[in-house]
Amino acid sequence: MRVTFTVNGRSAEADDVWEGESLLYVLRERVGLPGSKNACEQGECGSCTVYLDDVPVCSCLVAAGQVQDRQVRTVEGLADGDRLDPVQACFIKAGAVQCGFCTPGLLVQAHDLIERNPEPSDPEIREALAGNLCRCTGYEKILDAVREAAAIKAGIA
Amino acid sequence: MPTRAPDRAPRDLNQSATTGGVGDSPTRPDGSLKVKGEFAYSSDLFMDDMIWGATLRSPHPRALIHSIDVAAALKLPGVYAVLTHEDVPGHKFYGLDTRDQPVLAVGQVRHQGEPVALVAADHPETARRALKLIQVDYEVQEPVVDPRRAVFDPQCPLVHDDGNIVRHQPVRVGASPDDPAVRAQCAVVVSGEYEVGIQDQAFLGPESGLAIPAEDGGVDLYVATQWIHWDLLQIAPCLGLPEEKVRMTLSGVGGAFGGREDLSMEIHAAMLALRVGKPVKMVYNREESFFGHVHRHPALMTYTYGATAEGKLVFADVEIVLDGGGYASATPNVVGNAASLGVGPYVVPNIKIDAYGVYTNNPPCGAMRGFGAVQACFAYESMMDKLAAELGLDPVTIRQRNVVAQGDKLATGQVVEAPAPVAEMLDTLKALPMPAPADTSDLRNLPGSTANATHGEGVVRGVGYGIGVKNICFSEDFDDYSTARVRLELLGDTVGALVHTAAAEVGQGLITIEAQIARTELGVEQVSIHPADSSVGTAGSSSASRQSYMTGGAVKTACEAVRAAVFERIAQDHGRAYDDLSLAGGKIVSHAEGVIGTLEEVLAAGPIEQTREYHHHRTQRMDPFTGQGNSHTQLAFAVHRAVVDVDVELGLIKVVALDLVQDVGKIMNRLSLEGQLHGGSAQGLGLAVMEEIQVRDGKVRNPSFTDYLIPTILDMPPMRMEILENADPRAPYGLRGAGEPPTLSSTPAIAAAIRDATGLDLRRVPIRPEDLTEGRTDA
Repeated sequence: MRVTFTVNGRSAEADDVWEGESLLYVLRERVGLPGSKNACEQGECGSCTVYLDDVPVCSCLVAAGQVQDRQVRTVEGLADGDRLDPVQACFIKAGAVQCGFCTPGLLVQAHDLIERNPEPSDPEIREALAGNLCRCTGYEKILDAVREAAAIKAGIA
Repeated sequence: MPTRAPDRAPRDLNQSATTGGVGDSPTRPDGSLKVKGEFAYSSDLFMDDMIWGATLRSPHPRALIHSIDVAAALKLPGVYAVLTHEDVPGHKFYGLDTRDQPVLAVGQVRHQGEPVALVAADHPETARRALKLIQVDYEVQEPVVDPRRAVFDPQCPLVHDDGNIVRHQPVRVGASPDDPAVRAQCAVVVSGEYEVGIQDQAFLGPESGLAIPAEDGGVDLYVATQWIHWDLLQIAPCLGLPEEKVRMTLSGVGGAFGGREDLSMEIHAAMLALRVGKPVKMVYNREESFFGHVHRHPALMTYTYGATAEGKLVFADVEIVLDGGGYASATPNVVGNAASLGVGPYVVPNIKIDAYGVYTNNPPCGAMRGFGAVQACFAYESMMDKLAAELGLDPVTIRQRNVVAQGDKLATGQVVEAPAPVAEMLDTLKALPMPAPADTSDLRNLPGSTANATHGEGVVRGVGYGIGVKNICFSEDFDDYSTARVRLELLGDTVGALVHTAAAEVGQGLITIEAQIARTELGVEQVSIHPADSSVGTAGSSSASRQSYMTGGAVKTACEAVRAAVFERIAQDHGRAYDDLSLAGGKIVSHAEGVIGTLEEVLAAGPIEQTREYHHHRTQRMDPFTGQGNSHTQLAFAVHRAVVDVDVELGLIKVVALDLVQDVGKIMNRLSLEGQLHGGSAQGLGLAVMEEIQVRDGKVRNPSFTDYLIPTILDMPPMRMEILENADPRAPYGLRGAGEPPTLSSTPAIAAAIRDATGLDLRRVPIRPEDLTEGRTDA
């Protein structure tokens, strides 16, 4: 089948999509956006998190056909051109990136948290990111990064 | 691969200290690509005409294979090739050290998930469907699943013809623990049986890569590994190719933790690519990943300690059985670690240790962060607590009365030559502030969290301590040297350094440190890191916490050679000799005469490039009968204090604090280092309370992130850390490897805290809810 959708503000079209293909597969293998990651492909790790019509979803659990005529925003669409979103910049600065495989999903999830809740408490950050597994960092630097990004977006830092 | 150095602000060239050098915390050079989703991991690679490879794996832990029929699979439209062991072009067996592992099963399988056949097809789903069409005639056999039986029962069936014991390493010191004279010195004797379940590395980036057939009949491999050159030594003979025709480049690595020391898809993808003549991509999914790499050895450990009334250890009688599963992998060296560190960092005058690594038909086990030292650490630290309880001593006190200091001997007789202020580290740890009592008004602070398991009732807090000692670099006479090529050149009107090694950046931050070293040694700010590949000499493995030491040492040595060549060139230009030159801020400075030239001037005549190897001091094999010998290159120590709230009614746990004191010799990059200590501690927490590959009758029951649990952000507490810098004079900059020690000590500290809260004699990790509620009548 053919799937047409908007990704990071541009229209995208994928042909010969199999019925069983996920949005994640289409993004990674058909439209050249491998930023969303394939760590578990069963909705447990959050590394494939993207916005689907402004709601974060595990793109591995979304069938390709479900995104027909809808809006997708991936990690590749967080920066404004060369200008990183504060969440991205803070992940680098705080040391929240090691191997980086969980990073794209965490960035989208953290970006969404701060959009919804501009001044999240630590328990709120932890709860919001509880579906994103990271094996390298022990999460402490991720908390640092999200706190800092929220402060920057709120104009406090 | 990223080759960009971090962006730095312009700095004063007269400044002698270059920013972003050793001791600073420049950010990762690959950070920008990683946050933009543009970093190319091994699973992200793409070529227009590529096809997909897939692996048929055995459903049985032990079976004979009478035949494999690939005809139906080959007929499926979109299938390019179906290969079995008959298609392996060269040697049919490989292995990390023991070449006992078939590229594809030959006549039998020895573990569930063993690769049997390969498919190449136009789509991953086509490949999966083709796998189902391959007919394998298995004769299922009773698997060998009891590792103790594999060691001690002469009637046990053999997993391999040469016996089930991969390595038995004894350690003997002083008199026998059974000697009445030894027993007479003991006021108390305590025993414990301990068990460690199978832990998985659970790196997030699955095994994956791209093999591209080359016109010269060779192959270019883009893969995620921990040691390019060791892979190459195994891959080339199996492909029947000379090593120079197998060109390997490191792709982005999504974590490793030991799980990428062994090969996974490399030979398979190369075989398919060479057969079909097209690039072949392979990507395991999570379930396949659980079968695609070795795990941490599960351990059965029996300990008996005797001590004086003051708590001084008199003897240790230890048996450790490590289940290596179907193939040897790193088992011999894991046994060496478990034996040499079997009583940990304690002075014990009389020791009998027997450590065994065995073949069974359970999942194959090999390297994982901590590598044999983790298992022993859980047991010996549990024993120290047991002894303290028996003697009515504080857990810290009993450790301080027995722990090694500089000049003391390990069980192997090896003298601790570098500073080892472990007793003082415990004082520092104990003095760290304790966490406040749980705020029960927010469920997220309690065991069970928002599942509303408790509002504080039935919750008991416990405190526990753990010490870990880890050998850094390879041990037992292995010359795991590293190589670095450093080039200093003019790039337009600035001077840049290019550092080229084959060392695997697996997320730990090695490339950041390589650039820092070059900045410090050469006094230049612009440093690029060349992609790691096999066109430069070996770097050794990104394991054993060794790369800062070894590849750091190689980069430092190569930079020193470049610096010497710069000085030689300027001396030649000036027609005279200098003996007091240094490099700072792009200038060549004579101590007596001041600035005598600039790097720009010197490099106008052409770049300067030097390649150097760095070797650590020689070590010795352990004596096969007594275990004695200076087997380790370096020792590193970490101490943890865990505070845990336990819902004793439901068996739920919340780790409230996990505080750490670690001696790293030299803080090369505090930001990266802290990340290593946090992450290492988290993996120890996982082993303590949740992570286990559950196996029944040789079969894995939970190969998914739904059922194999790793710590989430809700499980990890905030950590207080004190990082010490007692230099090891033999190591570059005095540094000590840092990634593994916290993985050792956090597990026993958490287990001790849970024992403290519950009063239970918990002898097994991970500790499960049912371990805490068993026998309770109100549960």
